[in-house]
Amino acid sequence: MSSGADRSLLRSLVSDPMGALGLVLVLLFLAMALFAPWLAPADPVKLDVTQKFQPPSLTHWAGTDQLGRDLLSRIIYGARTAVSIAVTSVGLAGLIGLLLGMIAGYGPRWLDAILVLLFDSLSSLPMILFALAVITVIGPGTSTLILVVVIVSIPGYARLIRAQTLGLSGADFIQAERAMGAGPVRVLLRHLLPNVVGPLVILLSMDIPVVIMLEAGLSYLNLGVRPPTPSWGNILYDGYTSLRSAPYMVLIAGLPLVLSTLGFTFLGEGLRDALDPKLRHGVPR
Amino acid sequence: MTGAVLQIEGLKLDYAVPGGRLHALRHVSLSIKKGEVLGIAGESGCGKSTLAAAMIGLTGANARQSAGTIRLGGQDMASLSEDDRRRLRGRKIAMVFQDPMTAFNPVLTIGGQLTDFQHNIEGLGRAEKRARAQAMLSRVGLSDPALIMGRYPHELSGGMRQRAAIAAALLLQPEVLIADEPTTALDVTMEAQIIHLFRELRDDYDGAMVIVTHHLGVIAELCDRVAIMYAGEVVEEGPVDAIYHGARHPYTRALMACDPAMIEGRTARLPTIGGALPDLRSPPPGCAFAPRCPLATDRCRAEAPPDVQLTAGHRALCHEVRP
Repeated sequence: MSSGADRSLLRSLVSDPMGALGLVLVLLFLAMALFAPWLAPADPVKLDVTQKFQPPSLTHWAGTDQLGRDLLSRIIYGARTAVSIAVTSVGLAGLIGLLLGMIAGYGPRWLDAILVLLFDSLSSLPMILFALAVITVIGPGTSTLILVVVIVSIPGYARLIRAQTLGLSGADFIQAERAMGAGPVRVLLRHLLPNVVGPLVILLSMDIPVVIMLEAGLSYLNLGVRPPTPSWGNILYDGYTSLRSAPYMVLIAGLPLVLSTLGFTFLGEGLRDALDPKLRHGVPR
Repeated sequence: MTGAVLQIEGLKLDYAVPGGRLHALRHVSLSIKKGEVLGIAGESGCGKSTLAAAMIGLTGANARQSAGTIRLGGQDMASLSEDDRRRLRGRKIAMVFQDPMTAFNPVLTIGGQLTDFQHNIEGLGRAEKRARAQAMLSRVGLSDPALIMGRYPHELSGGMRQRAAIAAALLLQPEVLIADEPTTALDVTMEAQIIHLFRELRDDYDGAMVIVTHHLGVIAELCDRVAIMYAGEVVEEGPVDAIYHGARHPYTRALMACDPAMIEGRTARLPTIGGALPDLRSPPPGCAFAPRCPLATDRCRAEAPPDVQLTAGHRALCHEVRP
């Protein structure tokens, strides 16, 4: 894709108010995650029991928790935890799903049958129960979370890509490429890939908030990210246990969770509209 | 025959379908000389599109060639590896598809695709390939080819896209150009323009052309020779004039009578050929057209019809014709 096409993609994304809001929120959270060490006013794991349960003030903008840790810093570092887990696992699952889906859709039928059986068996695993089972076996932690998300999400992506590939492989333009002497690799990479990634990108960006919620949920249950690593789920749990003494904690941990989820969802929807070449120039058909 | 760029002999092809094998091509022999335009006509389901796909080697996965040979420039296609066959496509033989709306990749620009089609050519830079693509767009009558190069397929009209598709097929100067129903998806005005374009191309393009269509008018306008297909066989083949003015096979005569352009005066009903195509999963032993033929005898129903040479280059597959 030329830079001109990218620029017009960005323009049509921004011209949609929801898409623009989503983009701003997502960029905000990405910046928080990326520049956490510079943005955070304090060390997120430094204890200071004398300062515990401080309400929001000028020194601690978001207050402190039951161990006197600066909550704003913990929220900022929590963004790093959430984003890195979500992007890594969804990205990895998307890549594997893309590869398997294209092979299933364009490869020989027998391989397709095997892969579809694999997708079906994987997707029969309920995400939370499977997560609990894996955590029980190999213990909680960041890598366990990523592993669970990757395994559970591959079938969805692979199915989407397989269906897209299958639908397109009989299309006239693919026949036309073949009639011009294009081999399978060229057909897959140059012609099928750009046609199938659009929907995948949208699905991926809509799945990122799901994984952020899963991470927060499991961390809330003490099955995800291990303390003291800051996670929005951990903070939410701490806030819940000290709801009477520090009710603001729950709000402060819940807010970024809600905003990032909304941000990624809006961005996903905005991308869906902007990536459709038929909608790009404002003439819907 | 000498000088044939594309020669098909005794080709039999069937598709695996529920309930057996569908014999889509039953002993087809045709040859096309350099510079010649051959029309292939017949009703839907007669096998003409299968024949076009077989010529370029792009029949579906459920197709099987059970007999016969296809020779391209004297080379037996069956003796080549899949990779070698693939390399011939585009350069030796190319195809224009029926529906220009879906013949281009929707996410790439026309220029990008025309450049990409030249991947088989070595020793040519990207800029040169773009220049060739642009020259070809201009050759097929698209004004402002530079602008078209940067357009996406959906930004062009059907007629423009069909021109671009023809440009794509001619890009590598193939020896054989196959056009499968090139005007069927277009409206009448566009159809006339595309026919006009083909006529122009015919005059200065020295390769052979195969035009597959059910539209007899298109063939009369464009072709030197015509092959009429019925139920997977070429039932009559000859020069356009001979077929249009002196058709011998009963099917061809019936087909001509059904062409609305041939009817003079007002009629309340358009003529039709009674009956239906035979079930090609179990073709009849005799002539496939016998159940619908006014001249059919018991012999027609029992014995396969002979290939009767009528005059030079004019033959028909029928018991009831005499040279």
